[in-house]
Amino acid sequence: MANYGTNDFKGGLKIMLDGDPHTIVSNEFVKPGKGQAFTRTRVRNLKTGRVVERTFRSSDSVESADVMDVPLQYLYSDGEQWHFMDPTSFEQMAADKTAMGDAYLWLMDEAMCEVTLFNGVPLVVTPPNFVEMVIKETDPGLRGDTATGGTKPAHMETGAVVKVPLFIEEGEKIKIDTRTGDYVSRVK
Amino acid sequence: MGDRRWQPSASLDRLKQSAELRSFLREWLAVRGVLEVSTPVLSAAATTDPNIDSFETIDAIDGETRYLQTSPEFAMKRLLSAYQADLYQVASVFRAGEIGRYHNPEFTMLEWYRCGVDHRALMDEVEALLHDVATTFNKAWQPSLRIAYHDVVESLLGRPLTQVDVPLIGEYFERHERSFPESIGRDRDAALDLLIDEFLLPTLPNDRLSFLFDYPSSQAALARCASDSQGRAIAERFEVYVGRLELANGFHELSDADEQRIRFESDLDVRRRQGKPLVPMDHSLVSALQFGLPDCAGVALGIERLLMVLCGAEHINEVLAFDVSRA
Repeated sequence: MANYGTNDFKGGLKIMLDGDPHTIVSNEFVKPGKGQAFTRTRVRNLKTGRVVERTFRSSDSVESADVMDVPLQYLYSDGEQWHFMDPTSFEQMAADKTAMGDAYLWLMDEAMCEVTLFNGVPLVVTPPNFVEMVIKETDPGLRGDTATGGTKPAHMETGAVVKVPLFIEEGEKIKIDTRTGDYVSRVK
Repeated sequence: MGDRRWQPSASLDRLKQSAELRSFLREWLAVRGVLEVSTPVLSAAATTDPNIDSFETIDAIDGETRYLQTSPEFAMKRLLSAYQADLYQVASVFRAGEIGRYHNPEFTMLEWYRCGVDHRALMDEVEALLHDVATTFNKAWQPSLRIAYHDVVESLLGRPLTQVDVPLIGEYFERHERSFPESIGRDRDAALDLLIDEFLLPTLPNDRLSFLFDYPSSQAALARCASDSQGRAIAERFEVYVGRLELANGFHELSDADEQRIRFESDLDVRRRQGKPLVPMDHSLVSALQFGLPDCAGVALGIERLLMVLCGAEHINEVLAFDVSRA
């Protein structure tokens, strides 16, 4: 794999650090007039999502990480693995529970997801920002009941639970922001 | 969108402020009897400092290699040796590979020298100049801080500088959960540089000047080495900061020719060890010192950074007509 010098550093560059793939969030050139040069970076571990600061000497080099983000179509799950397909090559790939995180809550058949591949293997699955799902089960809302602040839990087929307004009924389709898990609107 | 590259990086307002600043600085020094000089940007010699990389040029006609100056220091000291006059220069200087929020490979240095003066007296003059500049720009700074390098290190690490080694600094970083590159190895000056940057600079106030003075003798550059009032070995050198931004570097100038040559040679040894390119040392400077450099102190001030502080710019390209990406 290629190596990067610190002067190649920029936001979005994928590098290996401590055995894990990272992306550079930001970097800063530090150099006193008569002193040594350093690069201070903020990096996000693509496995854990944690952001840390790392300081490098200007002469340091890092290994590049084989990381790519690809759009893949969700096919099905067998409970242990989630299967995706590249719509252009028809190649199939499987993501494990760790890679799925809680993305499984928002996956409907054939949903297009952004999958981060590390060395060709799914590392992180990101569902679409918005999904439309049918409510499998929710209590009927009592007319005029605003005492509870106007929401009730609605259960989705996937196991996701979303707080919805009281007037929403079972069987209705709603739009959800997957980044927050919030109800956005009804879908006609 | 169209090609934006042709457009300047600085606004017209900033260009006007830059002109005002330069004009003020020239006037301030001129009325005090400091002579403006202009010395060659190109030289057959280069700085040997392992931490500074010079641009190298080849004359297309005679094939000679020359170097763009990283500072007008060597030429100005030769003038000082010949004429013993107080001098200043506003010079374009060039440092390869230095690009960042506060760095542009080409920038402008105001450099001046005062005969019969040491670095402490020059600090007073720098302070006076910068306070007058600030007033012109409708800024009022609080009284300056003066901080001895030894004292900073001792108060951070709890040990005198002479007892401080890389492992001690590394442990300090670890205790404070700050990243410390392993590749520092045993390079004590690199570790000290990072210590200052990580733990001192962020504490320096933005509403006044801070003078960090009496550097470790290992970081003397072209300053005299001496003992301070507590008998500690120091280099007679100072740096001026506003907040974490380094504005100027000053010396009580080394005038011992043999010592200067030894330092140049030792720099070249370091370059060899680090696999860095060797450059021709400035023999003319050594000759000038042999002839006799008057007792003097000099300071180099970054004009773009000064302007950044005065007008609140967040990136050096705001105060450059064309930053390196547009040049």
